Amino acid sequence: MTYKSDNISPNNFEECIKCTICTAYCPVSAVNPSYPGPKQAGPDGERYRLKKPSFYDEALKYCLNCKRCEVACPSGVRVGDIIQSARIRYGKTRPSLRDRLLADTDFVGTLSSAFAPIVNPTLRTRPVKALMHSVLGVDSHRQFPAYSSSRFTSWYRRHKQEQEKYTRHVAYFHGCYVEYNNPALGIDFVKIMNALGFGVRLLDKERCCGVAKIANGLIDKARRDAEINIESIRRADCPVLTTSSTCTLTMREEYPHLLGIDNSDVRESIQLAVRFIFSLIDRGEAKLVFRNDINETIAYHTPCHMSRLGWAIYPISLLKMIPGLTLRVLPQNCCGIAGTYGFKKENYEVSQQIGQKLFDSIAEFNPGSVATDCETCKWQIEMSTPYKVENPISILARMIDFEKTRLANS
Amino acid sequence: MKYDTIIIGGGISGLVAGITLCSAGQKVGIVSSGQSALHFNSGSMELLGHDGRGNDVDNPCEAIKLLPPSHPYSKIGAATMAAMLADVKDFFARAGIKLCGDEHHNHYRITPMGAFRPAWLSLDGYAMFDRPAHLADGTILIVNIKGFIDFYPEFIRHALETSNYCEIREISHPKIERLRKSASEMRPTNISAVINGDVVKDIASDINSLIEQTGADAVIMPAVVGSLNGHPDAELRQRVKKPLYYAPTMPISVGGMHMQITLRQYFRSIGGDYFLGDTVSSAVIDDDGHVCSIFTDNLGDTPLEADDFILASGSFISHGLLATYEKICEPIFGLDIEAPENRADWCSPDIYSQHPYMSAGVATDNMFHPSIQGRPVRNLFAAGSVASGCDPLHEQSGAGVAILTAMFIAREILKTYHRHDI
Repeated sequence: MTYKSDNISPNNFEECIKCTICTAYCPVSAVNPSYPGPKQAGPDGERYRLKKPSFYDEALKYCLNCKRCEVACPSGVRVGDIIQSARIRYGKTRPSLRDRLLADTDFVGTLSSAFAPIVNPTLRTRPVKALMHSVLGVDSHRQFPAYSSSRFTSWYRRHKQEQEKYTRHVAYFHGCYVEYNNPALGIDFVKIMNALGFGVRLLDKERCCGVAKIANGLIDKARRDAEINIESIRRADCPVLTTSSTCTLTMREEYPHLLGIDNSDVRESIQLAVRFIFSLIDRGEAKLVFRNDINETIAYHTPCHMSRLGWAIYPISLLKMIPGLTLRVLPQNCCGIAGTYGFKKENYEVSQQIGQKLFDSIAEFNPGSVATDCETCKWQIEMSTPYKVENPISILARMIDFEKTRLANS
Repeated sequence: MKYDTIIIGGGISGLVAGITLCSAGQKVGIVSSGQSALHFNSGSMELLGHDGRGNDVDNPCEAIKLLPPSHPYSKIGAATMAAMLADVKDFFARAGIKLCGDEHHNHYRITPMGAFRPAWLSLDGYAMFDRPAHLADGTILIVNIKGFIDFYPEFIRHALETSNYCEIREISHPKIERLRKSASEMRPTNISAVINGDVVKDIASDINSLIEQTGADAVIMPAVVGSLNGHPDAELRQRVKKPLYYAPTMPISVGGMHMQITLRQYFRSIGGDYFLGDTVSSAVIDDDGHVCSIFTDNLGDTPLEADDFILASGSFISHGLLATYEKICEPIFGLDIEAPENRADWCSPDIYSQHPYMSAGVATDNMFHPSIQGRPVRNLFAAGSVASGCDPLHEQSGAGVAILTAMFIAREILKTYHRHDI
């Protein structure tokens, strides 16, 4: 028997050596003293909670689930998972109507895209914002992302046939953001994969990855959606690519660790498109040809969940391949929004304080635009700074010479 | 992913090697599983503090010559050591870290427990003693932050009382008071985050009034001031009317953390890739005994390939070495280990005496190549505390061994490196 199998729990809280490095890197601890910090909320608190559940501290709700504690931990303790599991297991606060609405991205997205021409301007009016602020508790500073009137899957259905002409295929988990808010990103992805010689399929059934439901305590719903997703991914029987770092982390890591869903047989096939594309190029199996008239400076922001995946190297390496593009990788700082967290009025101020370091670093570099793989980071940066934010896939799509790329890969 | 050199471990040793190689034009990747032991650093670094016979070392450059041939310093050789030592302060200055001290003459640092240890280099502004207990003449004012539990002024007073009369006072500030809401999390790094701008001015004027009240000739305060942007630590020293010295706190160390972040940012700014929070899961070694590539938990099936590899994964605390029920081992490559055979011989019965496990580590030849089952691995080097041959705690040599073995190995790699034409 090894030392670990004798002594260590599945959530490995015993491996914490109490060094407090996690707290030193916690973006919430740095600005909100009401939060006990990841060491106390995670492995320390776990010992107490195991003795008596009443030791559970409601202040754990301040955790952003950014996972920076896990990236920092020298002992490999899954600090963030311990905190989130404790919230699921011991949390007593039931999700409010506001939390349910923010979390149910599919329901709200479906309604909002159907009525996008009405919903978008309405959500921007002062009376509606004031009403949402006071009645629902959605902060009035927030700009809701615009809903698209045509959904990504409607576009896809019109182009489904041509995808079948390819001999190699990937499946695309588009996520709620591409479906309801930014179908153009999904279209960019399909164009790039086609140019590389891959047809794109969708999953039989796709539900929201569940990150917002997990964060808002709607665990049963999250688990039902997750089961549907994993079942569809299993049936896809090909690489399942994504364009959102958070959906990816949720399906790879949170499904087994927080929802208790075994994804071990398909986990490796779930990956960000930037990783898949980079790996093809790295193995000499694909080539990207870029336009020769590019002259842009872009700052890359590493989303927290990208940092936890350890995958920032992929979009950075791809962007560095583009001639004429000057890329600056920003120091890793949380943007502060953490999905639905920053939309809640009680978190708005903390959220902006956390993001300040990032906003300052962007301003200091003053790029033409910002690249990042997370849609909520995009909303936060676009709301808090004058800079436009794009997904690296959309930047690639703007800069690829599609004709030459198609030829190089045929 | 193809690199010239891959370094496993992103603490002081890995970063010194990485910066040296990157500066010479190499493409370098560093894989680091979590943040490094540099976060526990006292703000001072030691080269050789004890001679092994119970005496403090005054001139480390001379004392090095008396070490056994198996010691890492002896493997590097006195002449090469001297040449590299002359460059260390400039090396850190280029990265943005100002260090004070002299390799020919140790100074003393004070520990948070009030003990004095010989040191080689200290961060600018930290208390440097020319002899134990002697910092300055006259009355010393020890100022703590109200509610801060990781600094013990009484220990410092006790340590200084043979030379100085000490007064202990506390200061606070509304912005610091706010942190007391979570008393257990009122850590040095959280305090340092609010000591900037006007807070520095306010604290300086509070300390100045305390100086007047007590008639102090010098001030000691915990090392909780410092920032990655600007120099509030230097500004505070400038604003306080008498000499102000920082003394180390219990971890996390603000100075150590800033050193880590500054070195990493510098490494990235000269083109290095730093994979933080990733762990090497396996290595591919060919029939000739060369390491071809490594795989990591995060990168999955993406191999990290390189011509040379440096293992700078640290000692037990950083998991560079593992102690199981049966043996001490190196978990990534399964390298040959130098350690007492029987578990019972790892430790001495007296906790304050020297423990053999502290000198355990990866066995290396004179060029720091480790071996697997007796066969040397020619493109792999072991730097810093993962390698055997010294007891960093007993000798007070941890930082020196980490920095100098890394510099030596990087220079060796560069001897056969020819810059690729791009």
